[in-house]
Amino acid sequence: MMLRGTPFHSRTSALCQSQNWRRWGGCVVAGSYELNHDREYYAIRAAAGLIDVSPLYKYLIRGRGAVAFLDRVVTRNVARCAEGQVLYTPWCDEAGKVMDDGTLARLGEEAFRLTAAEPTLRWLLDNATGFDVTIDDITESTAALALQGPAARDILRNVADADMDTLRYFRSTTATIHGIPVSISRTGYTGDLGYEIWVAAEDAEPLWDALIGGGRDYGITPTGILALDVARIEAGLILLDVDYVPAHRALIESRTSSPFELGLGWTVKLDKGPFIGSSALQREKREGSSWQLRGLDVDWESLERVYGEVGLPPQLPMIAWRTSVPVYDGGRQAGYATSGCWSPILKKYIVLAHLHSQHARPGTALQMEVTVEHQRKRAAASVVETPFFNPERKRA
Amino acid sequence: MTKGAHYDAIIIGGGHNGLVNAAYLARAGKRVLVLERRHVLGGATVTEEIFPGFKYTVLSYVVSLLRPEIIRELDLPSHGLEILPLESTVTPLPNGDYLGRWADHDQTRRELYRHSPRDADAYDDYGKLMYHLAYAVKPIVGMVPPDPTSLSVKDLRGLLKVGKHFRSLGEEQFHALFKLMTMSSSDFLDEWFETVPLKATMSASGIIGTFLGPRSPGTAYVLLHHYMGELDGAFRAWGFARGGTGAISASIAGAARKFGAEIRTEAGVTQVTVKDGRATGVVLDNGDEISARVVVSGLDPKHTFLNLVEANHLPGDFVDTIRRFKIRGSSGKVNLSLSELPNFTCLPGVGPHLRGAISISPSVDYIERAYDDAKYGDFSRRPYMDIIIPSMIDPTMAPPGKHVMSIFVQYAPSDLTGGWNETKREAFGDAVINTLSQFAPNLPSAILHRQVMTPWDMERDMGLTQGNIFHGELSLHQLFFLRPAPAWCDYSTPLKNYYQCGSGTHPGGGISGWSGRLAALKVLKDW
Repeated sequence: MMLRGTPFHSRTSALCQSQNWRRWGGCVVAGSYELNHDREYYAIRAAAGLIDVSPLYKYLIRGRGAVAFLDRVVTRNVARCAEGQVLYTPWCDEAGKVMDDGTLARLGEEAFRLTAAEPTLRWLLDNATGFDVTIDDITESTAALALQGPAARDILRNVADADMDTLRYFRSTTATIHGIPVSISRTGYTGDLGYEIWVAAEDAEPLWDALIGGGRDYGITPTGILALDVARIEAGLILLDVDYVPAHRALIESRTSSPFELGLGWTVKLDKGPFIGSSALQREKREGSSWQLRGLDVDWESLERVYGEVGLPPQLPMIAWRTSVPVYDGGRQAGYATSGCWSPILKKYIVLAHLHSQHARPGTALQMEVTVEHQRKRAAASVVETPFFNPERKRA
Repeated sequence: MTKGAHYDAIIIGGGHNGLVNAAYLARAGKRVLVLERRHVLGGATVTEEIFPGFKYTVLSYVVSLLRPEIIRELDLPSHGLEILPLESTVTPLPNGDYLGRWADHDQTRRELYRHSPRDADAYDDYGKLMYHLAYAVKPIVGMVPPDPTSLSVKDLRGLLKVGKHFRSLGEEQFHALFKLMTMSSSDFLDEWFETVPLKATMSASGIIGTFLGPRSPGTAYVLLHHYMGELDGAFRAWGFARGGTGAISASIAGAARKFGAEIRTEAGVTQVTVKDGRATGVVLDNGDEISARVVVSGLDPKHTFLNLVEANHLPGDFVDTIRRFKIRGSSGKVNLSLSELPNFTCLPGVGPHLRGAISISPSVDYIERAYDDAKYGDFSRRPYMDIIIPSMIDPTMAPPGKHVMSIFVQYAPSDLTGGWNETKREAFGDAVINTLSQFAPNLPSAILHRQVMTPWDMERDMGLTQGNIFHGELSLHQLFFLRPAPAWCDYSTPLKNYYQCGSGTHPGGGISGWSGRLAALKVLKDW
């Protein structure tokens, strides 16, 4: 069986010079359009990148019991989510371990759209017993584009009939773009000023054309997921299956992580009443977490030294890596890194790492393993808070 | 006349080196004041909206050698420094063809192969050699030059370090380095390549900012500088600064202010005050006097020693050396506001070539002829040009759908026969547009506004003596321990407590910040 393209495939495949395709949710999406993803990355930070994010799993949750149902399922407080608001939220199993994370948009009084990285329909249905809700899988019928970067608002002002100036961070609205009905949310996975645009799959192609046409004078650039991966690490945003193992897929318990251990403690609303995993999370909050997800800033001089030993300047990861790498505190292992890349905008080698809580205080001096010419070396790295990159325009 | 406050250090000139110097001194806890004559910071590293809505990188337009350690130590990214990639160089040819070098290795190789299968191979070998040479030479460029005639421990240790680096080179590399130091870029490249526009475009990098031609001995050395930028590879300290080069100055100023430096614009310095053989402060053009323990000049050597300090405070032979210091300007700059993109005959329409550099350098003969004009006191009728379209890289440089074009032009001699005036400046601008319109015929009709900068304008507007963009020629007799004068290459001067940090000191030239940083380290060492 062939892998599917997304509803934008006729457009993206015509542009993908590199033939660099990546798998995502059973689809293929462009890794990069050009031979190198460099310029696509800079489009996100200096103009606007247009990214096909259709493979996200999407569910429409409607009914009088929608609020109560979702409040049982996710960790955020859904009752306090206003119409037109969007919440970023994880959800957990009974042990309080994260199964997935996504955005929950309140489209109306009794209507929500939930995105997920993994298929989640069965789990939602299983937990819906007794609630007055209907749950529709709209993954295939809804296509989605992320328009991310400082020019994103100007472009949408140009093409959409909604008031983009009043659409605040983590709010959503309906609009039409060249007559095509869309839902626009001020959200994204880049840590920049950006939007995600949700559209019926049959309208995908004209929407793409309208955005490219309206964005040309603003530097709109079709952008693949290699560039997105660098941007999301800079933004300190975690990725399922890379930075954490979804609890229901973990073969051994030690692979699972709680929201507190993933830097998502702020999403856990224990005062909203019981929800799936809440008693375990209550206990963890009281007793403390064993792990913390933190940023590491790998020291340049230290890299220069370990590479200089073999007569090379530092070799830096331009494409984000996603393997487990040991992190040490002197003789002891302090934890493990899960994603890292050279940040072109910060001019720093940045890494996301799981650290035992006693090594996780910002400022702690640790060492990360680096392989230099087939030899294991250690480079100095200091613990920092995420996000690494957090421009004012993200929220402005 | 009012007596102002007292500072630890006053830096004269808010160009990029002066700002770097101030940032490092302030970072070390010193009370620092920067004085800039113009209303805007940056000196030659400046972005200005000369025509409403269109931002010009008035003089310097790309960043190639900005030191990674400066970016790190001053954390310039947190003050807004963003360097965007400038990936390609395309040379349009008179016969309607072109030569392109692209970001992707295979793409470049295929393009070179189209012109010469042999050169396609040679290009990689050449790149490897230059990489090794740059790796060996870089630490020397980045050090305070030792004085080879001095027997002080510091200088001997420095010489030993230089010697060690040269010894670490293999035989082939050592010979190549010696050739680079002595040959013309044209002769050196002839040993490697046969493609005419390739040799011309590469050799052009050796003549930028100098009053030399591609066939002048000594020009080969600058070829190496390009690979020094490449050594930093992924760090990428080269490209186009978002917001233009002025954004680089702004980020350095931001860092300096964060460390506590005070920066004043529209505060020109007329004189450095001297008491008992020591610099004690400055006098401003409004008559105010400000005192400081040390004074650092970021201006060129002529201003620093001949204008700001009375001659009787400096040794006569030193003043003489500075008088003879070669600082002839050789280049001009044309900045355009465009209603539409240029349509190049060789690559019609909008394409990736418009996001990189476009080099008008079809052959070494062409550039050498352009130099011939300048040798005898004329500007080049058919000049060499290095062109970028900043709005294609950073759309905010121009209104949506409109563009700005930055054209570096050589040669425009500072000592034009009969002298520069407004008519000759515009005639020079016309020569640039005429030449370019042979490759992009729609260009003249797309021009909404044009700014022409000759050495005459650079001297008047930016205070660059003779309009020399590097504060003095980058030729071998004015480099390393000879820059700007023998025995005064370590940023100190014959006048106690008076220091120099501009491009007229080692290693000089381009937006590197090297001089500013090394001078600050010297000031702090002497403190």
